[in-house]
Amino acid sequence: MATGSSTAGDSEEEFEARVGLRYTVERILDDTSARISLYVVVLITAVATFAFVDSTLLDYYVANTYWHNPLSASASARPLLPPVGLTNEFGTGTWVYPLGTDTRGRGILVRLVYGSRVAMQVALVSTVLGMVLGSVVGAVAGYYGGWTDDVLMRLAEVVYSIPFLVLVIAFMTVFGRDLTIAMIGVGLITVPIFARLIRSEVLSVREETYVEAARAAGVRDRDILLRHVIPNSFAPVVVQATLQMGTNILIVAGLSFLGFGAQPPTPSWGQMLSQSRNYMLPNPWFSIWPGLAILVTVMAFNVIGDGFRDTLDPRLND
Amino acid sequence: MSDELLSVENLKVQFETVEGVVRAVDGISFDVREGETVGLVGESGAGKSVALSSVLRLVDSPGRIVAGEVTFRDETIVGFEDDSSGNPVPREEMLTDREMRERIRGREIATIFQDPMESLNPVFTVGEQLQEFIEINRDLPPKDARDLAIDTLREVDIPQPEDRFDDYTHEFSGGMRQRVLIAMALACDPSLILADEPTTALDVTVEGQLLNLISELQDDYGTSFVWVTHDLAVVAEICQRVNVMYLGEIVEQAPVDDLFHDTQHPYTEALLDSVPRPDRTTEELTPIKGVMPEAINPPPGCRFHTRCPEAREACRATNPSLKEVGGKQGHRAACLIHDAFAADYEDSDPIQQDEGSFGEQLRSAGGVDE
Repeated sequence: MATGSSTAGDSEEEFEARVGLRYTVERILDDTSARISLYVVVLITAVATFAFVDSTLLDYYVANTYWHNPLSASASARPLLPPVGLTNEFGTGTWVYPLGTDTRGRGILVRLVYGSRVAMQVALVSTVLGMVLGSVVGAVAGYYGGWTDDVLMRLAEVVYSIPFLVLVIAFMTVFGRDLTIAMIGVGLITVPIFARLIRSEVLSVREETYVEAARAAGVRDRDILLRHVIPNSFAPVVVQATLQMGTNILIVAGLSFLGFGAQPPTPSWGQMLSQSRNYMLPNPWFSIWPGLAILVTVMAFNVIGDGFRDTLDPRLND
Repeated sequence: MSDELLSVENLKVQFETVEGVVRAVDGISFDVREGETVGLVGESGAGKSVALSSVLRLVDSPGRIVAGEVTFRDETIVGFEDDSSGNPVPREEMLTDREMRERIRGREIATIFQDPMESLNPVFTVGEQLQEFIEINRDLPPKDARDLAIDTLREVDIPQPEDRFDDYTHEFSGGMRQRVLIAMALACDPSLILADEPTTALDVTVEGQLLNLISELQDDYGTSFVWVTHDLAVVAEICQRVNVMYLGEIVEQAPVDDLFHDTQHPYTEALLDSVPRPDRTTEELTPIKGVMPEAINPPPGCRFHTRCPEAREACRATNPSLKEVGGKQGHRAACLIHDAFAADYEDSDPIQQDEGSFGEQLRSAGGVDE
């Protein structure tokens, strides 16, 4: 490619086909599993958005549970009902609670729907936090090199060497047990992942002639970093961010399971799993549904991440 | 004050590597006058590009400017003085990094790089980049900068500049990209442009167009150029004065006509003999034997003696300095031939050049690791 000032026509078209958001999205839609995953994520996002905007459904179901109001019209709702059409020792599933009920007679479906809020919030907030901070730290380390690089990267390695969960729990013990703190904690702890990734990329990008050209034209270091270096080093970060969304959902589900994530009564998938663990035998569906929700979401993010990698990594492009 | 725009004196740049100190630029001096094009010629690795970067003080670590003076108009870009313990330290009037960035780079001294394929950022449109450079160096609001950018694109003969403004780098051919880079350099109306082999990556017809374009623009703007190249044909075409570099040193310095018609240094002679010339009929070309030794361990005495057809024993001992030769103003060469009696050149024996295979020469020069 470096030799070609000739045959400009051919190579131009080829280049044109291989960059840009449209091309990336088209390539991903070509890949069946990535396409399905994209639809899954879009669906979950839509559900979560709805849950954010409108919580009347949740309130309605909570107000009408057996637990809160044994005499209400829908008091037929028993705890630990199976999904519709199945029968267990507590009763037969009804269409009012299509996926069954939990220990307090709350509908599992509605709690899954509202639990998606937490999952998507985590996916977005903690990942973006980790990505932004990580990119800045890594880019600064890689661009300036020298002792800046040494200090930042050794710090990153220290954080990297401590198990995630332990670190997040320690963080939350200090700053408080709620979802916001959990998300910030997870975000901060994933900073080294992004920092190391973008640093390795910046090390090669900073040697590019256009960076030298920008320096020779008197562009400030800050602008060179933000406008020239980071955008050209960002492809692997996008891939990692997508994969990290899945991982972060998993981490926060784990935290909720341990009681560190979203606090009751806010529904979250991890917390539902945690509540269900004593009822696995009488009503396994109580565990299966939130587990399935986590599985599908995390897998969807991972498959999309792989799809992004296939399109964005030039080495895999041929 | 004379009409000297840029003056470089005894500039030394060293790279500290694991294997030792590489003297990439070892005491070169040259100057550039207003409106003039000065050539910097030499083989790959002679230190031409490093010399250019040091004019902008953009030598990257582990490289370091260790000595010398670079003066641009009245501004000291590089200047040293000895501190109390005799170590060279930067002088006080030397521009700070911030002043270099804000006053010199781009604004007074612009650069055109060798590879137009790599010199533009692929993630932004060509126009955005041009506009960015203009905004920074001319303090214009975005709207005016955009207009000026489009005007400049038109000036370097890019068709439909309004439409091309929003195109990405990959949508331009090599020649068009180099035009964009020239536009970038010119847009900020600098006094001096450092051109680092700007036409080497292009084919000859495009090269010809660009050389014409540049000389036209030079007439319009009165910009001075330092033109780094290894192509003597380009030198003959556009330069007024030429500096020939070999292994970090300038070996011959002359007005362009004198350099070609009254060559005084064996290296320049050898360079000229190794290019086909339409004004001479030769059966075959005479390449320069061997490869340039590494700057980390330059040969003692004259650095060219290992490959020089005129080399004698005396050349091993003495490294000649640049001296006025040929009785012409401004024509200087560093060779013992012109100093024959003083250094016993006449009396010493010719050195038999090793006629080994190319591979052996490469190995002996340290060019191949095994």
